[in-house]
Amino acid sequence: MISSLISLLVLCSAILGIYASELTFELPDNGKECFYEEIKANTTATLEFQVVTGGQYDVDVTLLDSRQNVLYKQQKMQFDSHTFTAQHTGVYSVCFSNEFSTFSHKLVYMDFQVGEEEPLPGVGEHVTALTQMETSTVDTHKYLNLIIDLQTHHRLREAQSQKRAEDLNERVLIWSILETVSVIIIAASQTFMLKSFFSEKRPVGR
Amino acid sequence: MLRTTCIHLIGLFVLVDIASALYFHIAETERKCFIEEIPDETNVIVNYKVQLYDPRTGGFMPSSPGIGMHVDIRDPDDKTILSRVYSSEGKISFTSHTPGEHVICMYSNSSAWFGGSQLRVHLDIQVGEHAINYGEVVQKEKLSELQLRIRQLLDQVEQITKEQNYQRYRENRFRQTSESTNSRVLWWSVTQTAVLIAMGAWQMRHLKRFFEAKKLV
Repeated sequence: MISSLISLLVLCSAILGIYASELTFELPDNGKECFYEEIKANTTATLEFQVVTGGQYDVDVTLLDSRQNVLYKQQKMQFDSHTFTAQHTGVYSVCFSNEFSTFSHKLVYMDFQVGEEEPLPGVGEHVTALTQMETSTVDTHKYLNLIIDLQTHHRLREAQSQKRAEDLNERVLIWSILETVSVIIIAASQTFMLKSFFSEKRPVGR
Repeated sequence: MLRTTCIHLIGLFVLVDIASALYFHIAETERKCFIEEIPDETNVIVNYKVQLYDPRTGGFMPSSPGIGMHVDIRDPDDKTILSRVYSSEGKISFTSHTPGEHVICMYSNSSAWFGGSQLRVHLDIQVGEHAINYGEVVQKEKLSELQLRIRQLLDQVEQITKEQNYQRYRENRFRQTSESTNSRVLWWSVTQTAVLIAMGAWQMRHLKRFFEAKKLV
């Protein structure tokens, strides 16, 4: 009984597979971060990423399939999206590398969608065609998903700009302080140097 | 039929098997943090499972009951929302109260006992309407298929509204930063001009007096 229950559970979790993994993580300088996921053959998966903050907002990305073949490899990308269909069942890996950067650590957003969205429980069991009402809900759901997706992108873009604006603000402050201090130092030193030129010659001249 | 049975089962078992989720590797003492930027009043569910590297088989143990995980969740004001030690497998849920970046950190409580081997962490973070378990909703509220579909749409719209509100809050913050930069540039140019004129005048006066005192002019 228990074993059949467990096998059923395993089967269930396979059926109600997890749809998307969205993660935002920090990538230290010279760091490398890898994520793995098991994908079944003929499943379509989409990888999306965006560098939120840090350095030149770029990162190296490598996507490997279960046999270590390179499916996607980009260097110094700010953001991108890649869709692929798994050829064989196995563990696929995504690696984000910041190894080219020696001092800027980065914040990277990643969205790894595998397979279709799981349907609502109890929905889609019957074989009859959908009513007009149901079709509209399906369409609305699709569009709302799109809106949420676009909102996420907008939010990330905004986060990027916000960080840049804050940096600019800080730099303006530091630069203006330095500039003011240097103007005062230069003016004072100019005057005293000029004075010293005339002061030194006097005992010789007279 | 199978699916309905599944839903009932999943509804019964709180711990959903997350073996199909994304995983990564960390060293035993390593600390791993993830950032979730979310609006306020948003539900977040974190599912995780930790497996210890088994040097005998060269793989990972299917379950590692000896390992505990510290989970540390901080809100945007750097206040701790949650800081506890959980077992090697767990489900944590929390609701945000302030909008912004929530940091979720995990690290194992193991010391030198296992000699710094590798840990495999399966992790799944669901936010907002993704965190809603519709299996439970169906059971609790006895909704028809159409009602359930509409219910999902409603949850989505609610999440979108929250996100929009958060977007307004962020826009407001952005504007403050930009205005601050703007006023700093303005004040800097005014101050700089004043400093330049003052220094120029001081140089002139000072040198003039100096030359007069030395009888050079």
